[in-house]
Amino acid sequence: MSLVQYSAPSTLAEALQALAGGAANRPLAGGTDLLVQVKLGLRDPQHIVDLKRIPELTALTLDDNGLRLGAAVPGAIVTTNREIARIYPGFTEALGLIGSSQVQGRCSAGGNLCNASPAADCVPALIVNRATCHIAGLGGERTVAAEDFTTGPGTHCLEDGEILVSLELPRPAPRTADAYLRMIPRTEMDIAIVGAGVALTLDESGVCTDARVAIGAVAPTALLVPGAAAALIGTTLDEDSLRNAGYAASGAAVPITDKRGTADYRRKVVGVLVRRAAAIARSRIEQPT
Amino acid sequence: MNDSVKTDFKYVGTRPVRPDGPDKVTGRAKYGADLNLPGMLHAHYVRSPYAHAVIKSIDFSEALKLPGVIATMTGEDLPEPGDKLMQGAEIEMKLSDMAPVVMARGRAMFHGHPVAAVAATSASLAAEAAALVRVEYEVLPHVIDMHAALEDDAPLLHADLITTGLDPAPTVPSNLSVDLALEMGDVDLGFADADVVVERTYSVPMCHQGYIEPHAAIASADETGRVEIWCCTQGPFMVRNFTSQLTGIEPGKIKVTASEIGGGFGGKTTVYIEPVAAVLALKSGRPVKVVLSREEVFRATGPVSCSETRVRIGAKKDGTLTAIDIDIVMDSGCYSSSSIMPATMFGAACYRCENQRSRGREVLTNKPRVWAYRAPGAPQSIMAVECAVNELAEELGIDPVDFRLHNAVEEGDIPVFGLPFQAIGYKKALQAAKEHPHYQAPLGPGQGRGLASAFWINSGQQSSATINIALDGAINVLTGNPDIGGSRASMALLAAEVFGVPVETVHPTVADTDSVGYCDGTGGSRTTLATGGAVIQAAEKLVLELRHRAAAIWGVDLDEVEWVDGKAVARTTGDLENLMDAGAAVQLENREMSLVELAETSGATGGPLSAVASLHAHNSAPAFAINICDAAVDRETGKVDITRFTCIQDAGKAVHPAYVEGQMQGGAVQGIGWALNEEYLYDENGVLENPGFLDYRMPVASDLPMIDTVIIEEPNPLHPYGIRGVGEVPICPPMPAVATAVNRAAGTALYDLPLSPPKLLAAIDRAVE
Ligand SMILES: Cc1cc2nc3c(=O)[nH]c(=O)nc-3n(C[C@H](O)[C@H](O)[C@H](O)COP(=O)(O)OP(=O)(O)OC[C@H]3O[C@@H](n4cnc5c(N)ncnc54)[C@H](O)[C@@H]3O)c2cc1C
Repeated sequence: MSLVQYSAPSTLAEALQALAGGAANRPLAGGTDLLVQVKLGLRDPQHIVDLKRIPELTALTLDDNGLRLGAAVPGAIVTTNREIARIYPGFTEALGLIGSSQVQGRCSAGGNLCNASPAADCVPALIVNRATCHIAGLGGERTVAAEDFTTGPGTHCLEDGEILVSLELPRPAPRTADAYLRMIPRTEMDIAIVGAGVALTLDESGVCTDARVAIGAVAPTALLVPGAAAALIGTTLDEDSLRNAGYAASGAAVPITDKRGTADYRRKVVGVLVRRAAAIARSRIEQPT
Repeated sequence: MNDSVKTDFKYVGTRPVRPDGPDKVTGRAKYGADLNLPGMLHAHYVRSPYAHAVIKSIDFSEALKLPGVIATMTGEDLPEPGDKLMQGAEIEMKLSDMAPVVMARGRAMFHGHPVAAVAATSASLAAEAAALVRVEYEVLPHVIDMHAALEDDAPLLHADLITTGLDPAPTVPSNLSVDLALEMGDVDLGFADADVVVERTYSVPMCHQGYIEPHAAIASADETGRVEIWCCTQGPFMVRNFTSQLTGIEPGKIKVTASEIGGGFGGKTTVYIEPVAAVLALKSGRPVKVVLSREEVFRATGPVSCSETRVRIGAKKDGTLTAIDIDIVMDSGCYSSSSIMPATMFGAACYRCENQRSRGREVLTNKPRVWAYRAPGAPQSIMAVECAVNELAEELGIDPVDFRLHNAVEEGDIPVFGLPFQAIGYKKALQAAKEHPHYQAPLGPGQGRGLASAFWINSGQQSSATINIALDGAINVLTGNPDIGGSRASMALLAAEVFGVPVETVHPTVADTDSVGYCDGTGGSRTTLATGGAVIQAAEKLVLELRHRAAAIWGVDLDEVEWVDGKAVARTTGDLENLMDAGAAVQLENREMSLVELAETSGATGGPLSAVASLHAHNSAPAFAINICDAAVDRETGKVDITRFTCIQDAGKAVHPAYVEGQMQGGAVQGIGWALNEEYLYDENGVLENPGFLDYRMPVASDLPMIDTVIIEEPNPLHPYGIRGVGEVPICPPMPAVATAVNRAAGTALYDLPLSPPKLLAAIDRAVE
């Protein structure tokens, strides 16, 4: 590790200026990925640009349009907000799974997305909530759907110098709920071997009218699985439909075998988690807390 | 029982706050990396990027061009080790198997093997310099798997390695370093006699002790060549001995101070960095600090042998064991030092069985040399025997506790390793298990229960203690044993008991090697027994001295002065005439002097109150433990949840029960981790894939239920206070208890640990098919 420059601009414009000039300039949100990677010698940034003093990145608004979450807002701010937890229980759960209390004080949903790990817990939950990513660069602003943000393990759609400013989760339709489950061999402080997010909308008679299913850690990026959603839409979410959604998810998965688990295992378990997450989402609609 | 064993205690057996507690919880306690000295340099290692390679040359020239790079070191800086045996080592081992672990000599034997070190004015500069050291390697074929290492065409680790333990000795070298066998009775006849025989193979993965504090040391040297070392170790005298033998510095010129220690579990009963710090300090003339990273700790220290054990065990219909046959293979890494002896000897020590055979083989591979971990060797073989016993009991339809009670060893029995048992608490512990609410409780759906018992030998070894009494009667107890599990609290309680004074007036200290008599390390479950024994002896000497002083003050005979509750008291056995005299009786009753009064006047009555005791403890006695484990298995994901866990253990006498319970709980948790998810994962290049706590999956607190404990006290008949070692046996029963519980819950027969979710789910799916 060589000498690192650190700056903490207070406007987006200054941050974009500071980041211009190549990949050696690195944005910093909570640092719970970045600083660990620097320490392990996996990254060698020359200039670290802290985003936590920029209003757009630390703002949080929840209104009739939905949730607008600054990309650097720490997990603990989100997970302790009861309204957010009520409206987006699965997303809140996913974000809350990251690390420990100490990590929660720092880690952000934006950082989770930008780190672009295939196993990132927030990402399937963002995808099923139809999250939009607001991006700013010296060349202007643009938006990208959460499912299109990550392009591979460790890579995403941002150009060098661009910043993820905020995430926008639309307000869900009535009788909608989401859920996220992951498989880790322990209970915390671990990386998902498999992750599954489901969001469902039911009509008054209990028929599923809309569904989104996304899976993590079973492909180079988190995947939206329309086939799994299709298996749910139009059904009363009976046991067979839930299983079919699981099979569709297993079918869509393209996992690898590594030190954390075998491909076979991941393919099988992703179906189980999709089925279970769908059942949880349904019960959240039918027995709202 | 032996009358000389004390059973009536006032302080021993209570639970005072540990004296080191406040410093630890406030962060004042100084650990290995907490000491900094003026002018200090930082060392950084150059490590082998290959699992096996000849080191052709090492070139420091680029590194030395960086300003601030002061000294360098290679294996050449350590004397040629020759064929000498290590002095002061717990197991017999050659210096030539030890020196190259500290720094490679000519060949890198595993990925991460230290090849050189540089010392520079800052840690980051040292790291930068280490990256500039040019090492030319000739890569050799490597072997990681111990079975592959036994193949005829396996790469040979040591061209001159001839298997020991075989008669006649083989004539060709191999990677089989040890092959030993024990036998009693007639095993074949025993199996012929059996109504039921269980035979199965059990595997235990390579794991790490996982202590929270990475190794850290700082060494400095003066003009006369005297070296002082501050380090995190289980044994400062061991560090002095080993460092001396490895570096050639005379032992008398080395002073070692042990820091507070963040765990060791056996992994800090040897040296890695201390000789390097000492050599670099001598070469540079400046203090040199070495602190390992977690990754270095995983890659190049400690690990614990993986093993494969085939067990055959036979019994009559009534449950009487007729034969036990154990065959265990253990991986020692790149040099011989595994715990194959205890593994071979103690696997079936819980059972009375006339016909027993046990074979143990140690294999060398291109992995870091293994080292001790709580009850070294025993967990691996006990895992196999206990699982087999559970299967046998099940097949016979006998309750596993009843089965064990029926076959349990007791006083007078002679096990396969030959040492007859004295009074032991095994049957009492079994009875306690049977009566425990946990054992009676019904299981929930999808749950399974496993029970296992275990034996561990425990050690005694050499210890010393010094006690000095201050003018206010405060008692300073000095020993040379780092306090890993609360031993200072125990030393204080033992001294308080002998003196009959409140434990708060006793101040226990872990002293450096210049300040206290020789102590073997904190290990082998020996400290409370042996060093505690020295404390008792030193305290008894002082009590005798205090009685002398009081007798002199009062002008009476020594036998007329008793020591009662912290006071010298003159006995009221004066002659009849005196007793009849009411005035004299009053006077006699007043003849009391407290410890404080005697201490205050000590200058006038004979000088300082100080005593030393040194001993070689031959009075250790074995420990037995039993675990009951309930596990729930998610049959769709293979995830295991330990829902209830109870440990029962014979402690002889629990000096500080809370710290005995702590040992039991800690061992249980480590064993659970080893059974479920901990394992060393190597890639095809012989590179460890999970050198960190993210992927080396030790359990976290939320993974576990509260571990329930029951202490049994069957006094050790050889120890004045009845103490047995308690620190090691707790890690022996968890693996078989967990494996049995999980297999029952899952309906599987998976005995290839760890029972990680992918493996367990595959086994569940196989069982269903
Ligand atoms: C102990 C521990 C446990 C963990 N557990 C989990 C877990 O259970 N699940 C999980 O998914 N993750 C886990 N993580 C990983 C990490 O905490 C999460 O990915 C977290 O969300 C990262 O957020 P951050 O704000 O800390 O990101 P940072 O580390 O600050 O940034 C991550 C990456 O994104 C870039 N970046 C950050 N913000 C922006 C932005 N606005 N625009 C452009 N680029 C940006 C950074 O340059 C960096 O490359 C864990 C980490 C630790 C240390």
